[in-house]
Amino acid sequence: MAKSRSELGQIVTGVARDPLGLMGLIIVGTIVFCAIFAYWIVPFDPVGMNIKDRLQGPSWTHLLGTDQLGRDTFSRVIAGGQVALQVALPAVFGAMAIGLTLGMIAGYGPKWLDNLLMLFFDTIRSFPTVMFALAVVALVGPSLQTVVFVVMATSIPTYGRVARTQTLTLRNSEFILAERSMGASMKRILGVHMLPNIVGVLAVLAAMDIPTVIALEAGLSFLGLGVKPPTPSWGALLKDGYSLIRQTPWLVVGGGLPIILATLGFTFLGESLRDVVDPKLRKQR
Amino acid sequence: MLLYATRRFGLALLILIVAVTVMFLMIRAVPGDPVQIMLGPRATPELQARLTAELALDQPIWKQLLIFYGNLVQGDLGIDVFSGRSVTAIVFEQLPHTLALIFASILWSALLGIGLGAYAAAHPNTLIDRIAAALSVSFVAAPAFVVALLSLLIFAVHLQWFPAIGAGEGFWGRLDHLVLPAFAIGLSWVGYIARLVRASMLEVMGESHIRTARAFGIHERRVVMVYALRIAILPVVTVIGVGMGFLLSSAVFAEIVFARPGLGKLVIDSITTRNYPIVMGSVLISTGLFVVSTALADLINAWLDPRARTAA
Repeated sequence: MAKSRSELGQIVTGVARDPLGLMGLIIVGTIVFCAIFAYWIVPFDPVGMNIKDRLQGPSWTHLLGTDQLGRDTFSRVIAGGQVALQVALPAVFGAMAIGLTLGMIAGYGPKWLDNLLMLFFDTIRSFPTVMFALAVVALVGPSLQTVVFVVMATSIPTYGRVARTQTLTLRNSEFILAERSMGASMKRILGVHMLPNIVGVLAVLAAMDIPTVIALEAGLSFLGLGVKPPTPSWGALLKDGYSLIRQTPWLVVGGGLPIILATLGFTFLGESLRDVVDPKLRKQR
Repeated sequence: MLLYATRRFGLALLILIVAVTVMFLMIRAVPGDPVQIMLGPRATPELQARLTAELALDQPIWKQLLIFYGNLVQGDLGIDVFSGRSVTAIVFEQLPHTLALIFASILWSALLGIGLGAYAAAHPNTLIDRIAAALSVSFVAAPAFVVALLSLLIFAVHLQWFPAIGAGEGFWGRLDHLVLPAFAIGLSWVGYIARLVRASMLEVMGESHIRTARAFGIHERRVVMVYALRIAILPVVTVIGVGMGFLLSSAVFAEIVFARPGLGKLVIDSITTRNYPIVMGSVLISTGLFVVSTALADLINAWLDPRARTAA
């Protein structure tokens, strides 16, 4: 029951027909486009300093002004989108893949393994995310990889639990029973018959998870514990903006708005996707 | 109910034990000498020797873990190498500031969110319902620390309506300093709670006891406010309990942005000075807080709604 190309087309059309979904598509599309072609879009080098032009307000040359080192804020916002997606995409896909595997094992495997995995999920979830992130950063030091790891580790349980519930439901469905009675191997049942039915639900979850991840990366970078300077992250922009909040408001605005926009875009897209892919999920939230 | 409570707290305890073990192993898994890591650049030979003895590092790892648990049960999280004071005392000194912030945030957002959600559910598909729905989604989308920074910029720096930094003195001073941080943390909850209450309200309004209440000629306002809302706010209790972790996380950022004393500021300051015992102590205590609040929320839920007792 793999999603064929026409089915994918149907999903996209369904999302585009919903006004909020369309808005989400446009916002997310713009962010992804800017991130991919950042190198060609930016009017200035995002890390190039020009002390002479520092702390300027918006103008036609510098659309969002400049920071304390004379770097162009607009260019840094565009390049920051690249960093945000560089963290968010691998983290979310990694967490989804691991959560999916563990969740399916928990749902299909023996009871003791299920209990063990559930305890593992519950334990990870018992750490407040930011506190856990701070503990890890304190131990291994701040870097892009640390952020990806923390995000992945903390969101595995969400995917794992949903995958487990789905597997448990599917396990007793008629078509799986039929497969089993015909002697299909476990590999075939899990991989060919169950996986496609679980992936769709998890993909919706992933779309809704991306804003959280972007916010966490920005948050850690804002605290000076995420990506290192001079890498242009939205959080780093906010960090500079915070210390210069009385001199220029443009850094806080330039760093804050893209985060809110990205969050809005992915949330709209995720909710619309959910309604199109599986209306039943609406109740579970 | 007693059986459920015992089982639920048993699970909470088990989770806590595993979580503490994970933390313990995490510190040990970091390459290098743990004493060196904990003491950082301040390590003198005497300090190193003292800490090695205190942590029983010359013993096998399972014995170290047992000693760690032994100390933990007695409320001993170690000594801050910098000031020589107990970590527990330092953390509990800061905790009330954070808790006050969290409660203020959840209080205003729950009141407004429940009101908004109940109103929207009582008047479905009206203009106000639509506006509330759109606002809810937008509010949910705003990360607390971005809201905190923007509100600092607008209300404190630009308009100067509220103080920008600190926790304030005296009751009114404290309250004044609480407004902006609590606003920033609570904002995304307003929308979330409103959506939750609206959905569960609509479900409850269709149930037979509401129809019966209406058939008895009870005033519509009373039906909504008393009979429907009482059941419809149940999910809010759970969400707030589970949301304790998010609230704690948001509080960390709000404390940094508004330079307020509290757990978040303590942790960040300790990371910059590489004061690991304090970082770990704060993380452990906040994790404990989170686990207990989740369990409590489940218990309250089970007490109010007997059906929930069998679900777990």
